[in-house]
Amino acid sequence: MSRVREYAPAALVLALGLVLWEAVVFAFSIEFYLLPAPHVIVQSLRENYPVLVEAGLYTFTEAVLGWVLGCGGGILAAMAASRSPAFASLVLPYAIASASVPIIALAPLAIVWFGVEQGSKIAIVVLMTFFPTFVSTLRGLLGVAPQSLELMTSYAASEQQIFWKLRLPASLPMTLTALRACATLAMIGAVVSEFFGGPVKSLGVYIKSTASLFQTRQAWSAILVACALGLLFYFAVALVERLVMPWHFERREG
Amino acid sequence: MAAPIIELTAVDKTFESRAGATEALRAISLAVEAGEFVSIIGPSGCGKSSLLRIVGDLVQPSAGTVRVNGKSARQARLDRDYGIVFQTPVLYEWRTVLENVKLPLELAGRPRGERERRPPTLLRLVGLEEFAGHHPWQLSGGMQQRVSIARALALNPSILLMDEPFGALDEMTRERLNQELLQVCAETAATVLFVTHSIAEAVFLSSRIVVMSPRPGHIDRIVTVDLPHPRVDKTRALPRFFELVTEVRQSLREDPRLAAGREGQDGPGAR
Repeated sequence: MSRVREYAPAALVLALGLVLWEAVVFAFSIEFYLLPAPHVIVQSLRENYPVLVEAGLYTFTEAVLGWVLGCGGGILAAMAASRSPAFASLVLPYAIASASVPIIALAPLAIVWFGVEQGSKIAIVVLMTFFPTFVSTLRGLLGVAPQSLELMTSYAASEQQIFWKLRLPASLPMTLTALRACATLAMIGAVVSEFFGGPVKSLGVYIKSTASLFQTRQAWSAILVACALGLLFYFAVALVERLVMPWHFERREG
Repeated sequence: MAAPIIELTAVDKTFESRAGATEALRAISLAVEAGEFVSIIGPSGCGKSSLLRIVGDLVQPSAGTVRVNGKSARQARLDRDYGIVFQTPVLYEWRTVLENVKLPLELAGRPRGERERRPPTLLRLVGLEEFAGHHPWQLSGGMQQRVSIARALALNPSILLMDEPFGALDEMTRERLNQELLQVCAETAATVLFVTHSIAEAVFLSSRIVVMSPRPGHIDRIVTVDLPHPRVDKTRALPRFFELVTEVRQSLREDPRLAAGREGQDGPGAR
């Protein structure tokens, strides 16, 4: 019951927004090629369902694979770097600076290197998700409270024990927050890289080609699919986060 | 007479920083016998925590020697002769209460049977057996500190180092935990080095009280506490208890640098 009460206001805002959207389109007689009304988009979604599902899965696969490789690589690299704080402080500024680099700008080059199919999109998603995961995990591993470390020292714990019993569990909240943020990034990276070229059966190309033909309602239905997949990805990771560290969430709610 | 469990000889400690050198401890010599409960008392900045850390090999002395159980402090730490209780409980939030108490046994690579049997026994000792499955944040500050005492006892250490363990607790909780601590110590026969800034606490718990003064930290005098055992609530009402409290307070006040602003603090009737 409390869940319903918690999400009811947000659902209400969504419903009101859609009603307002319909109303504005009709009140000002906006042409559908400029801004289709929600019911028109839903209609288009039903008509093009098979194509959209295929395109959605194609793009979603890129996002998930890129996310797994990028985040997995980021975590492993951070674990390796944490063994040497000197090395970590050497690479950390560059990894942080990479957040301000528009990696998506490499998308045309990625096509040159990895081909027009999924490889180039996965490469972009890997690059986009690697650095945030790396930075967050490394900060989590190295940012352990001095007293927690002192406790380990007082028990003559080995470096291995300190890593597995202290650093790794202590870094989980930061790592999982990064994984959640990267799920969103991955979907953006996959769709936008497809704008630079790819097979017709992908969401990015579908959106771009229908939009350039003023088939706005089709473009919107594909955007809706991209949104749904992005949300699905995000909440799936959020669910895993809760399962992996229940203590973290019980505390916030407790 | 047997060799002391803890023996410090002419220990100095100077902290180097960019702002310059700070002399924290000067010429500390102290011997603690087996089974003693020795409190170190003094105002903030007198180096009492540093002294405890030096004994525990968490900080290195600048000069002097530290012998623990007939070996270097480092060797004693590697042999896991210490159980340490810090000012804050330092519990790992991803572990349950039971798992936190189990940590030292895991680190020492103790056999599975012992790892399973010992933690519940320790939790019973500190009266928290029904909280075994709770996470630290579900416990009050006093309960958390009891968990950290249970953890410190996990490997049955010969020495307990306690750094103002009850400093953050209210007076009622503190008095109750003082009582419990004495019972626990009686059962484990550990030698205790206990840092505090509460005179009443030091008198109630200790066999001897080391009174320190700051800048640089040095031992002013050592007060022997001749109160009867076992120490119970009534002990706090004994005339001798008040005499000792007064004696320690005067020792602290004799240092002219401390005279100002200490009136009414730490006394048994102050709160």
